[in-house]
Amino acid sequence: MKTKTDQRTGTGERLYRKLMKESTAGLLFSLPFLLGFLFFILIPLLLSLYYSLCKYNIVGKAEFIGMKNYVSIFSDAKFWKSLKVTCFYAVVSVPLRVLFALLVALLLLRDTKATPIYRAMYYLPSLLGASVAVAILWKQVFAYDGLVNAIFGFKTAWLGDADWAIWVLILLSVWQFGSSMLIFVSNLKQIPGTLYDAAKVDGGSGIQNFFRITLPLLSPTIFFNLVMQSINGLMVFAAGQIITGGKPMDTTLFYALYMYNQSFTYNNAGYGSALGWVLIGLVALYTAVLFATKRFWVYEGGL
Amino acid sequence: MKKRRKRIAYHVLTLLGGILMIYPLLWMVFSSLKDTTTIFTTASQLLPEKVTFENYAKGWQGFSKITFGTFIRNTLFVAFAATILTVLSSALVAYGLARLKYRGRNVVFALVLLTMMLPGEIMMIPQYLWYNKLGWINTYLPMILPYGFAIQGFFVYQMKNFIEGLPRELDEAAKIDGCSYYTIFLRIILPLLKPAMGTVAIFSFINRWNDYMSPLLYLKTIPNYTVSLALKLFCDQSSTSDYGAMFAMSVVSLIPILLIFVFLQRYLIEGISTQGLKG
Repeated sequence: MKTKTDQRTGTGERLYRKLMKESTAGLLFSLPFLLGFLFFILIPLLLSLYYSLCKYNIVGKAEFIGMKNYVSIFSDAKFWKSLKVTCFYAVVSVPLRVLFALLVALLLLRDTKATPIYRAMYYLPSLLGASVAVAILWKQVFAYDGLVNAIFGFKTAWLGDADWAIWVLILLSVWQFGSSMLIFVSNLKQIPGTLYDAAKVDGGSGIQNFFRITLPLLSPTIFFNLVMQSINGLMVFAAGQIITGGKPMDTTLFYALYMYNQSFTYNNAGYGSALGWVLIGLVALYTAVLFATKRFWVYEGGL
Repeated sequence: MKKRRKRIAYHVLTLLGGILMIYPLLWMVFSSLKDTTTIFTTASQLLPEKVTFENYAKGWQGFSKITFGTFIRNTLFVAFAATILTVLSSALVAYGLARLKYRGRNVVFALVLLTMMLPGEIMMIPQYLWYNKLGWINTYLPMILPYGFAIQGFFVYQMKNFIEGLPRELDEAAKIDGCSYYTIFLRIILPLLKPAMGTVAIFSFINRWNDYMSPLLYLKTIPNYTVSLALKLFCDQSSTSDYGAMFAMSVVSLIPILLIFVFLQRYLIEGISTQGLKG
């Protein structure tokens, strides 16, 4: 190392010294991310912001039309429909998923010889759930001659029924509670047993313990799960695109799917970009509200 | 006596719930072994009357002379390339954030957190428009190159936390011995970072293998298709054709993830429960 430095002279020496400085090294190590952020996030976002002010069909030339796309969004019935469908989906499926995750986590807290097997069974759907294979499977499970009807003897075309189709997709999401469950299990295990011992001395019942000790200490984890999952819930795309394609009667037309259709099926990439920016605004607003109200329902006192 | 009965009730309940959870998956596997004409007529039966592998042979043929082997090769290529790039670039950025003081570090970290809050679906249209301008449509570039730039904040964040847990004395000692920050990274941090890199690699691979949206947007010709896009094509066509083949290839598409599940389950479960990685 030393001999190398000694051989350098003039500008080479200065450059080498500079490279060895902590501040330079730090910037160099961050460079990949900064370049990536610029080229793959910031530029695309700005580009789509520009196109959201244009009439643009990807193949042709963009024609600047000002705020027209944004104005027409608010009178677009399909926009409101897709927003409603997506919110309903997220509002129903996310809390249900977290609830199941918590209940099964409590069930699996007991350490028996079979626990690893149980854990694997409950976790597997969430591991495989993001794949197209499972979406295809779900379509067949709820097909008219599919698994559910064959076993239970129903005569409902679940996916063609405007009242039921969204519930099939909600069930698919709730079924994948496994990874949240694992997070809850590990958090539950970290709660010191002495707390429960103390409660026992004070005569607390199991249910009281749950609401007075377990739930408050878990609330940061629950909060984090709700935030991340509801944002992901608002983004739901693949399940709708593969299983129902938004049908029947747009009852499963998720926001991201509508955005995709506008941009690529109806060749309205300008309008699609505007829809994207409205979504960014909504998600930002939603996250801000959640964090602003966080202190009302998350216990942060520590142990 | 009462305790014993309670214990049995617990096991029966938990086991039944578990079977209910994986029943659809089992149904898919066993349906793929049934004669394709009997899949829906015998849907209420789990086990096939006669096991046949014909669906696998038929499904493997793929479409228009492109076999499923091609789709698997394409997906493996994309998933491995993107994963290797993710792991290396995330490690670099994480080291800078965890150990080095420099102007703007807080800004960099805030941007990393911001990318965590930006789901892929939000970037769908913007990135498409940009890659279209760059002429990257119907190439693998949009599905590989960006991952060389640590754009998945979550992985950077995980690695940063891991590095912060390593004893600083190692760095100090190496510095006294005349190591630069670059050699410290290569000789000290990188070897110790292996467990975290392994976990990130597993999750990145699963995500890339399953990815549906990027192939849907960027791949336009069948020889370029990945497994997930090929399955979707199966699904669209099979209104007229072959459910058995569709199930068979669905099962095949899950094999890599099941292998990870069987052999690397410990890392999966640790990654999720202690670091909140998504899988």
